Amino acid sequence: MDYAKHWRQKAARYRLEGQRHRTSGEVRFPPQSPTLAEDANEWEPFNLSGQGELYSFSVIRQAPLGYDQNTPYPVALVKLAEGPLITAQLTDCTEADLSIGQPVEMVTRRLKDTGGKDGLLIYGYKFRPLLNP
Amino acid sequence: MMQPNRPVGIIGYGAYVPRYRIAGKEIARMWSDGQGGVPVSAKSVPGPDEDTITMSIEAGRHALRRAGISAEELRAVWVGSESHPYSVKPSGTLVSEALGTTPWISAADWEFACKAGSEALTAGIGMVGSGMANYILAIGADTAQGRPGDALEATASAGAGALILGPADQALARIEGAISYVTDTPDFFRRADRPYPVHGHRFTGEPAYFHHVRSATARLLEGLGRSAKDFTYAVFHQPNVKFPQTMAKQFGFTDAQIEPGLLSPQIGNTYSAIALMGLCATLDVAKPGDTILVASYGSGAGSDAYALVVTDALLERRKRAPLLAAYLERQVFVDYAIYVKWRNELVIE
Repeated sequence: MDYAKHWRQKAARYRLEGQRHRTSGEVRFPPQSPTLAEDANEWEPFNLSGQGELYSFSVIRQAPLGYDQNTPYPVALVKLAEGPLITAQLTDCTEADLSIGQPVEMVTRRLKDTGGKDGLLIYGYKFRPLLNP
Repeated sequence: MMQPNRPVGIIGYGAYVPRYRIAGKEIARMWSDGQGGVPVSAKSVPGPDEDTITMSIEAGRHALRRAGISAEELRAVWVGSESHPYSVKPSGTLVSEALGTTPWISAADWEFACKAGSEALTAGIGMVGSGMANYILAIGADTAQGRPGDALEATASAGAGALILGPADQALARIEGAISYVTDTPDFFRRADRPYPVHGHRFTGEPAYFHHVRSATARLLEGLGRSAKDFTYAVFHQPNVKFPQTMAKQFGFTDAQIEPGLLSPQIGNTYSAIALMGLCATLDVAKPGDTILVASYGSGAGSDAYALVVTDALLERRKRAPLLAAYLERQVFVDYAIYVKWRNELVIE
């Protein structure tokens, strides 16, 4: 029952909200708490565009519990347009549709059912090949 | 006919259709040995990670891009559906978070069978028309349920349509008038906690769909002093292909007038979404000055009808997000076994 963990990540998960440095303009994702030396205001919330390209990918055939209904499914390292490299599931595609360097776009999908008929549904970002290439 | 104090229009729109389809013949193969006709050639199937919330988010994002407003400017996000993922826990709040509109927003779910989306639209006209809000987002979305083997299974499909309303002077289509016609009619219902709806048999056609859609449409035409020939396009709710075609013909609308918004032959009945999606598909091809009539239908029963006139703003805003045709083109067919697995109808003990 880790609902609090999921709830805390909702802005990042649902709409790819990261952070931008107020002076350097650097963008980071996922958002992080300030380090001991940092002023809490140095980084501001920033919505990433959701555009990126495939840096690498693999296909999951032996999935962890909670994801085993959807095998096989691709996962990827996505290089976001703003710079960060993130791990995410791919959706609306199979391995045959994918190649390194291919442009992808973020969509918000159902990530996981936390179980049984009384579990919370977890939503978050995935990426897919462009709808309009 | 209903008109707000302040003129209102659609300033942004967006639609969503899942990538997957199941052929009508594949469903017929399971239950009738492939014999007999099929009501639609294919229907859209939600992927295993899709539901009313995820489809609403994507359609809503397109509507925001077309409207050209920031998410914080919205004052309401209302989701009409009969397949909300939760019975208690609003889809509207999650969609609002994903769009970036929270927390100063009214978010809620609407329910009226297949016209839950247009119900939200009518309420939105009141909200913007009264000056209480400048912009609201009304969504109709469904991953419709059909009991395996039931006639509904042949058509019950998935999709979303999203419309952002604002002051008419910013509109890509101004709303000239609206009307709602409802009665208590037992044509189709699903009891609380039941997974599949049932038909009230003899009520389905004439006393339900045709009576309500006809009544709303006739009163709207009368209020505007117009007839079918005064409209460029018309969109009627689409439980199948035959019903909207029959309704159109009774009013004297031609096949050409309903063709752009007639989606059921390709994707089936997306329930709360279909009337809004039909309007989106029509806006995808309309020209400034064109007039559009829309009539939804919800079992239980009622119909909301609207008259719209397209403005010059449509041409530029249309390009800001994918056309519905892009979703129709990316179709991938699945067989009945995959369909059953994804719809969680495969019993695994």
